[in-house]
Amino acid sequence: MVTSLMINGHRQEIDVPDGTPLLWVIRDELKLTGTKFGCGVASCGACTVHIDGQPTRSCQTYIEDVSDAEITTIEGVESEVAGAVHQAWNELSVVQCGYCQSGQIMSAIGLLTENRTPSVEEIENYMWGNACRCATYQRIRAAIQRASEILEA
Amino acid sequence: MTNHLSRRSFLKSASAAAAASLIIGFGPDKVLAASDGISEFTPFIRISSDGVVTAIIKHFECGQGAATGLATLIAEEMNMPLDQIEIEFAPADGTRYANLLFGSQGTGGSTSLANSFMQYRTAGAAAREMLITAAAEQWGISHETVSLDNGQLISGSNVLSIGDVAGNAAQLNVPAEPTLKDPSEFTVIGNPNTGRLDNAAKTTGTAQYAMDIHLDGQIAAVLLRSPRFGGTLVSMDDSAASEIPGFIRATEIPTGAGVVVYAQTTWAAFQARMAISAEWDFSNAENRSSDQIKSDLLAAVNSEPEHHAKGDRTATEEALNNATQIIEQEFFFPNLAHAPMEPLTCTIAPAENGVVLYDGCQSPAGGQAALSAVLQIPAENVEVNTLYAGGSFGRRSTATADYHVEAALAFALNGGHQPVKLVWSREDDLAGGYYRPAVAHKVRVGLDENGKISAWDHRTTSKSIFKGSPFEAFLVHNGVDHSSVEGITDTLYDLPGQFVGLTDDKTPITVSWWRSVGHSHTAFVMECMMDMAASAAEQDPIDYRLAHLTQGTSDQARLAEVLRIAAEKSDWGRNLQNDRARGIAVHKSFGTYVAEVVEISQDDSYVQIEKVTCAVDCGVPVNPDVIKAQIESGVGYGIGHAMRNEITLTDGEVDQFNFPDYEPLRINDIRAIETHIVPSTEPPSGIGEPGTPPASAALANAIAVLGMRVTHHPMNKNGVDFA
Repeated sequence: MVTSLMINGHRQEIDVPDGTPLLWVIRDELKLTGTKFGCGVASCGACTVHIDGQPTRSCQTYIEDVSDAEITTIEGVESEVAGAVHQAWNELSVVQCGYCQSGQIMSAIGLLTENRTPSVEEIENYMWGNACRCATYQRIRAAIQRASEILEA
Repeated sequence: MTNHLSRRSFLKSASAAAAASLIIGFGPDKVLAASDGISEFTPFIRISSDGVVTAIIKHFECGQGAATGLATLIAEEMNMPLDQIEIEFAPADGTRYANLLFGSQGTGGSTSLANSFMQYRTAGAAAREMLITAAAEQWGISHETVSLDNGQLISGSNVLSIGDVAGNAAQLNVPAEPTLKDPSEFTVIGNPNTGRLDNAAKTTGTAQYAMDIHLDGQIAAVLLRSPRFGGTLVSMDDSAASEIPGFIRATEIPTGAGVVVYAQTTWAAFQARMAISAEWDFSNAENRSSDQIKSDLLAAVNSEPEHHAKGDRTATEEALNNATQIIEQEFFFPNLAHAPMEPLTCTIAPAENGVVLYDGCQSPAGGQAALSAVLQIPAENVEVNTLYAGGSFGRRSTATADYHVEAALAFALNGGHQPVKLVWSREDDLAGGYYRPAVAHKVRVGLDENGKISAWDHRTTSKSIFKGSPFEAFLVHNGVDHSSVEGITDTLYDLPGQFVGLTDDKTPITVSWWRSVGHSHTAFVMECMMDMAASAAEQDPIDYRLAHLTQGTSDQARLAEVLRIAAEKSDWGRNLQNDRARGIAVHKSFGTYVAEVVEISQDDSYVQIEKVTCAVDCGVPVNPDVIKAQIESGVGYGIGHAMRNEITLTDGEVDQFNFPDYEPLRINDIRAIETHIVPSTEPPSGIGEPGTPPASAALANAIAVLGMRVTHHPMNKNGVDFA
């Protein structure tokens, strides 16, 4: 079944069965490996991509449902907010193993795009679904606040 | 990290060294103090003709910061900013890249900095001296007038880039004992603002993990494993799998370990596996349920211990009889999965003379041995390409090299002609064993008329991690696996009349080292008992601990110091509101001393962790910010699991399916962690693990102030409601 997808600004034809999760199309077919497989049940957030700008768990998104959508992965994300988030993540050395961080960053960009000055509670509520087994949460919180500061400067 | 250095390209670059690059310590004629032994034959630095310095990292990087740490040592001795150093993971080579504390190549026990500190500094210092000598020769002046700074060789108005002299420098003899910088001159070591070298790759999605490997002709393999530990395959039916697009084949593993399911893609392999049914023989399997396992473990600590790990049982019994007060408590800890964020995976590809293993490889020695044994090829024909590891917490190295053996079987059973990528799902990970053992303790502490400890009878039981492993000779003595009692028998407290008894649990459930190993439970027991004793003696928990650290040893002094700092920084003496409480715990593990104060609030019976204040003495703080990050991580790991994680069985089958029933620590669980590093000139000790042991004990001690002493984990199943 050939599906046409718009990923990172490029239209791509993909031949996979309906019901295939977007995650596996991105990773195994398109070899965009920055989007990670962590659980497959939308409970860790490592697979987060943007669909029409909204952070979405690609492991529970089926290929046939996104043929009309704009899909953005960590490799293709570019915006003022993304720049601020990357800068903040680097300044604070947030990463440890790094495996969840593509998803964390995609969620953080979603949050700051919606709300450039989130409170701690808003950060925690928004980021709750992104698990980090290295427990870098304290720095994620601080980096989102720092990115907000950069955006507001 | 741009290119991973394969062994072949490494050899190639070595032969081209004279022309283009300098490799410190490579080859029999270019060795670092060869007479001192094999450790100094190791090549750690490569300098290209355009002046790029690359640190060859002999440890894997699973987030703990080892790559940044080792590069820091080279940057320091070469007078370079850390961010000017490139990093590459070393190939498998047990001669050049052995962990000096293991004698083989591998990462574990929080030893990366400790074993590499002098080795990498020496390599950096040797490079500096060789570059200076080469520049001095080129200018025809004394080397004493030449300095190396920020990649430039400078003498008066003469300036050369290190790339300009790298070729000539490579021809020089490597100084056996180069002059190391005096610690007072350090500008990179101890600098809190250097950042991590893997920040850029890990924030842009470009860091390569083993899960990201896609080789030409590669297929995916997943295993259908026995649903019970110790079960073996009787038969399987894969007829329904043929309906799955991309399914290739299902092959029974001859050992009865299970079925390998091959498919064109990972998703197809997962789908096909679900379509296969199998029958298993459970006659030698673990068929009990967790309630039974728990009661069996608790029965064992109330029985005569199998091994005497420390002390004289009769004398301790007598001391207990003479005690003014006795405090008695049982403790229980469930099996725990490591659950690293990247599920286990590796890829094996055919090569000219053997194979290449692509892996976030914690133990190249173990991986080579496993592939060598299964594939019947010499270990040196197993090339290892180490990639970033998406966490480990101990899981990527087991005594049996479990997933490497599986991958080798999958590769061989497919004919060995094409790359095979083994992938574990999260469900495989949680059900897959190699857990932190389930553990029970029973402790009876006797206090004298002044409230001081006069007797300590301690029984524990768990499955031995090291018996039957290649490390047995090092860690098992007189039947006692030290990892089962570490943190108890070597406690730093003055505990007269301490007896420690151990009984080995014999379950077929596979166990392994889980971040901080035995300390993951012994610190909890020791530090809860110390708090209970302090309470019984009506003394402040910190004063009470200090009163049991009176021998004047350096060990006790360092432990006492972190206690005092944690107390001061947490403002221990200040009055708290009624809905707040705090608890402290302190523990030495992996050579590092950590004290942690947990402050909690309670709202309508729900407990929220407000702040964890930590003090750490890990010797010379090489990368202070990495140290803080590891303490933050260790605290989160310890507290998160203690709050709500357990692996349980029903009739031998693991109940937990995926993260929803093995709920990870989340961003709102701990509001703040603050870490204070003790300045030190002692050699660096571990940092990846030592933050974990005291964390849950400090939490329990805080909860106890609110009126509830929780002694069985997970806490949320044993009476504590978390916000």
